[in-house]
Amino acid sequence: MPVQDYIRDRFFPHIWCPGCGHGIVLNGMLKAIEELGLSKNEIVMVSGIGCSSRISGYVDFHTLHTIHGRALAFASGVKMSRPELNLIIPMGDGDALAIGGNHFIHAARRNIDLTAIIMNNRIYGMTGGQFSPLSGHGIKASTAPYSTIDHDFDIMELAKSAGATFAARTTTFHIKEITSIIKKAILHEGFSVVEIMSQCPTYFGKQNKLGNSFEMMELFKKNTRKIGSNKKLENKNLIERGIFIQKELPEYTNEYSKMVKIAMGKKNER
Amino acid sequence: MKKNISFIQGNEACVQGALYAGLDLFAGYPITPSTEITELLSIRLPQKGGYFMQMEDEIASMCAIIGASLTGCKVMTATSGPGFSLMQEALGYAVMTEIPCVIVNIQRGGPSTGNPTHVSQGDVNQARWGIHGDHSIITMTASNHQDVFSVTVDAFNLAETYRTPVILLFDEVIGHMREKLIIPEKDDIELIQRLKTTVSEGVDFRPYLPRDDGRIPMADFGGTHRHNVTGLFHDMWGFPSNNPKIVDGLIHHLVDKINNNINIIAKVKEFHIDDARTILISYGASARTARHVVENRRSRGERIGLLELITLWPFPSHIIREKCRNARFIIVVEMNFGQILKEVKTCIDKPEKVFLANRVDGVLITVQDIRTILRIVQ
Repeated sequence: MPVQDYIRDRFFPHIWCPGCGHGIVLNGMLKAIEELGLSKNEIVMVSGIGCSSRISGYVDFHTLHTIHGRALAFASGVKMSRPELNLIIPMGDGDALAIGGNHFIHAARRNIDLTAIIMNNRIYGMTGGQFSPLSGHGIKASTAPYSTIDHDFDIMELAKSAGATFAARTTTFHIKEITSIIKKAILHEGFSVVEIMSQCPTYFGKQNKLGNSFEMMELFKKNTRKIGSNKKLENKNLIERGIFIQKELPEYTNEYSKMVKIAMGKKNER
Repeated sequence: MKKNISFIQGNEACVQGALYAGLDLFAGYPITPSTEITELLSIRLPQKGGYFMQMEDEIASMCAIIGASLTGCKVMTATSGPGFSLMQEALGYAVMTEIPCVIVNIQRGGPSTGNPTHVSQGDVNQARWGIHGDHSIITMTASNHQDVFSVTVDAFNLAETYRTPVILLFDEVIGHMREKLIIPEKDDIELIQRLKTTVSEGVDFRPYLPRDDGRIPMADFGGTHRHNVTGLFHDMWGFPSNNPKIVDGLIHHLVDKINNNINIIAKVKEFHIDDARTILISYGASARTARHVVENRRSRGERIGLLELITLWPFPSHIIREKCRNARFIIVVEMNFGQILKEVKTCIDKPEKVFLANRVDGVLITVQDIRTILRIVQ
């Protein structure tokens, strides 16, 4: 099925600014779904609030555009009652990890089979460029005119310690990696996290003098390296791309159905 | 036939009602004094092949039941004051997106952590206006376990009929008190099932287009009709819109679907009302005390009666106005600063004849408390 068949074309053009990275993520994600041959009826896309969360409106799946930070909690309810469906949850960095941080670590801890895609542009775009928990130290933002004093955290480290059984990172420069990683994440049985570094030339780029979207994407190329490559030896500051965690652990809805079998056997005990 | 009689807590009666109504999925977070509901459902739901989820907080609980309702499940959560406060945003989402769900609030003393193990009826206005924006909502309560059971079943029926969240506002005394419950036989109470769309696959499905009777059929997530659900104002396809006509139409629909059906939704119970010169209006645990006062005085010949509210919201103004027309004194008996008193005053021709008998110290209102007010006003 061509990628166009997965979108609701009457809602285009989309609301994203020229040069925004989110369209690249949408494209890469739809390619992954196409290559996996998933039917539109078996995909539920749940999103929160923010620029990234508008993705759910543009795709022809079952789509649930929820409230800020809570997409994973809504998605957990859908997945619990219909475990056979594929749940894909695109979120922004503020949505997933500031207001939604609690739901993120607990969905990871449960190892419920959801595919969380974090489009990390290190800024709140929809509200006009305020700093996010992923902005990091020394960044200019519309609520950090003297530059940020907060520190960021590493999504991969957080996902790992929270119990995610799949975690990977790539960038909008590495479009083929987006597709191959999302495919693996969807196929993974358990909670999977995909961080995609995405550019916001309108706010993050402009406020921090990083140039236009091409120049920002060029930085993704320059400042990252594949896990295992020896570039890191030359420059410790390079950000690693690739799959950080991929392991087997009992999945939540599978464990629940086992529990139901036990409970049904004990029906008359109380 | 042997009747199914049990001697249980109100929280357990609520669970029995929910299971009778066909509860499929419950998501919750422990909080006093509602925890028994969560505990009991963790045993019972897996036994019937249903779904039980303990979430990371009340926000997630409310969100999870909305998600599950969209797949066709009958869903519920249970909490108390602080948790109910946390649920408000997602509750508003359920109002806006018209998702059937039931929220139980076993009230404790507030504000804040307040008085967790003691009784209060302080969340009456929060149930009505806790979420932001204009809206209407259904809220019901009960004063005994038989009614707890039946209003719980009603709550599920109303949630499906009007595609709305329904709040069950019980209080700590009702939740923890033990008394008899006779569980009705299967089919004794009619159950309303979800109205599903009959539009066939491939035909343009409009998920928010009401039928002639006002009901809006649903299509389950995972089925053949893929549609969008959003908390933004939306058109009949469920897609965001800020067109003033669409916004105006939707907000009116959300309010009218409940307010225009108040005659069907609103329920009160009457005790010795017909010739009463003094009428007590009460609900929940306070109505037990009020009933005791009324029965006592009736046996001595006093023309006194009780109107017990089952539906709190939409407020049954038309019933109160009609029943209280000939009353000389109206005493509202409740455990807050007069949250229902204000509603009663707005629907009575002479508000000066309405008085309050209340208690706000975490102790169940006593016969003496009501007697004191009666002595002053009569």
